[in-house]
Amino acid sequence: MSSGTNYINATKGIKSWIFTVDHKRIGIMYLAFVLLAFFLGGMFAILLRLELLTPSALYLTAKQYNQAFTLHGAIMVFLFIVPSIPASLGNFFLPIQLGAIDVAFPKLNLASLWIYVIGAVFCFYSIIGGSVDTGWTFYTPYSSSTDTSVIPMIMGVFILGFSSILTGINFIVTVHKMRAPGLSWFKMPLFIWTLYSTAIIQVLATPVLAITVLLLMLERTIGIGIFDPALGGDPVLFQHFFWFYSHPAVYIMILPAMGVISEVVATFCKKKLFGYELMAYSSMAIAFISFLVWGHHLYVSGQSPYATMLFSLLTFLVGIPSGIKVFNWIATMYTGSIDLKSPFLYFLSFIFLFTIGGFTGVVLGSLSLDIHLHDTYFVVAHFHYVMMGGTVMAFLAGLHYWWPKMFGKMYSEVAARIAFIFVFVGFNMVFFIQFIMGSKGMPRRYYNYLPEFQPYHVVSTIGSWILAVGFFIILGYFIHSLMKGKQAPPNPWGSSAMEWKIASPPTTFNFDENLPYIDHGPYDYPKGNS
Amino acid sequence: MSQSDNSTVAHHFEHAHQQFSAAKLGMWLFIVQEILFFSALFVAYAVYRGLHPEMFIDAHHHLSWKMGGTNTLVLIISSFTMAMSIRAAQLNQRMASFWYLFTTLLCACMFMVIKFFEYAEKIHHGYLPSFWFSGEGVYETMHIFFGIYFTMTGLHGLHVLVGMGLIIWLMIETYKGRYNSEYFTPVEMVGLYWHLVDLIWIFLFPLLYLIG
Repeated sequence: MSSGTNYINATKGIKSWIFTVDHKRIGIMYLAFVLLAFFLGGMFAILLRLELLTPSALYLTAKQYNQAFTLHGAIMVFLFIVPSIPASLGNFFLPIQLGAIDVAFPKLNLASLWIYVIGAVFCFYSIIGGSVDTGWTFYTPYSSSTDTSVIPMIMGVFILGFSSILTGINFIVTVHKMRAPGLSWFKMPLFIWTLYSTAIIQVLATPVLAITVLLLMLERTIGIGIFDPALGGDPVLFQHFFWFYSHPAVYIMILPAMGVISEVVATFCKKKLFGYELMAYSSMAIAFISFLVWGHHLYVSGQSPYATMLFSLLTFLVGIPSGIKVFNWIATMYTGSIDLKSPFLYFLSFIFLFTIGGFTGVVLGSLSLDIHLHDTYFVVAHFHYVMMGGTVMAFLAGLHYWWPKMFGKMYSEVAARIAFIFVFVGFNMVFFIQFIMGSKGMPRRYYNYLPEFQPYHVVSTIGSWILAVGFFIILGYFIHSLMKGKQAPPNPWGSSAMEWKIASPPTTFNFDENLPYIDHGPYDYPKGNS
Repeated sequence: MSQSDNSTVAHHFEHAHQQFSAAKLGMWLFIVQEILFFSALFVAYAVYRGLHPEMFIDAHHHLSWKMGGTNTLVLIISSFTMAMSIRAAQLNQRMASFWYLFTTLLCACMFMVIKFFEYAEKIHHGYLPSFWFSGEGVYETMHIFFGIYFTMTGLHGLHVLVGMGLIIWLMIETYKGRYNSEYFTPVEMVGLYWHLVDLIWIFLFPLLYLIG
């Protein structure tokens, strides 16, 4: 099995990749691009942390600093974290877990990959052509008046939005129409449930971002006058439009991560996932509530106090399905046969960091506290705990979990554990201290700061170096595994999931003969089945 | 319909019906995202109408309800001929389907021509978004109305142009005899899109031209 043809060596030549319609090859190319974006966004983060080592100017000018944090945010959000798990791991495993040969629209899938690349080119053009300095949120009126290259960047965001919408449509149709015989909705793995709820948000929210940035473009070019107060417009309307997409987008980022985590915990505990149906429902509940909370970004923007109270209440509601998930993951571990491999280590760190990120989110959702903490490092720490401590940890868990399946090679477990320690320690050094300095009043996005904050900033900056070392170790052993890694067996972790029943790496059409008949749930382990 | 050697069924589908229903669901999802794409414009319209009701009433008198009304009629007729073309394709009436598509295209052209004359008149009198606004009016915020007017009708016009391109493509394929009662998916999908474009105009017309 292992020495035969597979999707990687089935056809040769660069064209066989550029024009492929194989969801696995598209997933791998997406993986390469999002990792590149992560590297670039990470480089900006390292530059920023270095600048913040001292209270006054170190080596960047104030404008360069503004540009660097804008590019860090825009690249990480639009080029890395939104497509990260769905477009790479999702593309690769969604059809396999459904027992299908491919997604419903393979050509559309290829189109969304190259649309993503075109969008990325626009963003890079903005970097060289006088980088944006508005922050990744492009708030008006500054974004409609600054002389930096706003239009290429928002053009890039507009195009990337289409890539995201097309992936979303593709995934929804695939889940509805391409399930293998016997695979009913409540036999689907949770990774699919979360990709499905993510896709719904992508289809319903992303077009609103598209029109918002288009209106911003028109505001800059012809002055339609709806966002610019000088023309009689209302900048808060921009904030409403922007967050109507960008808050649901937070759940585009975290839901697939929750799916990966559910797969990992079941496999490495050899146990049926606790509360499977509730997990599926809570994913859908998060997707639904995500559309009703955007106003919590506007507590201090002059929104009506009644709207503010309602948004605060609705924000607390998100805590319920999220809490259900955390309890269920922990309950799954109970009496499980836990195997402390590197994907499981990332699972544990996800639970730990996501819970901190989630709880501080509730703190920020409360009105009176938010007035104090708004626009401080507390907010920065909060969303990095959710986005990086949540999504990036889950992405790493998924990457380590599925790596043998995707490439047919094993990586060094010892190196993986060492890297994990660097990543975990580094991450907490960078961001935990930011909760403290934020609550003491250190504002975000500031170039200079009062000297009494310096000790905190020094710890945070040193942490960023440790974190970077961790990521380079990961890069090292992954490359080593591709070159000289041991051949991976079809099922190295002893999982019961669909994708581990086929060859590593899979053949071009995933299943050799007929499509599988799936008549049991996804977590078919002796333990935990009641 | 099962496991056929029919060349119109792609390799990853099991049968033609699965392929058709997948395409249809995909198209409906695309329509949903189109509606959300336009939604922000309708919200902007509502917000500014609420803020400046007198200005909106004054400004809408500068639009010609006769031209708008004619365009509405033209688009409704085009939706009818589009639906008839799908029907003809389903009944294997190749040339009937072709001529219905041709009529639809003609209506679309007529819509764009009328729109062109409307735009030309607005531009002539300086009723434009604020950077170029030089029109006469009682209210100094009138440029906002025209900003919204040009954005909404402009984006709608772009959708009409895309639809025209799709209809030309369908005409070529229909002429070649690609569609029959077994396979007419593209005709139906473009039809759905065309009805959406029509429907958006049906909302734009009263909101911009009629409400006084």
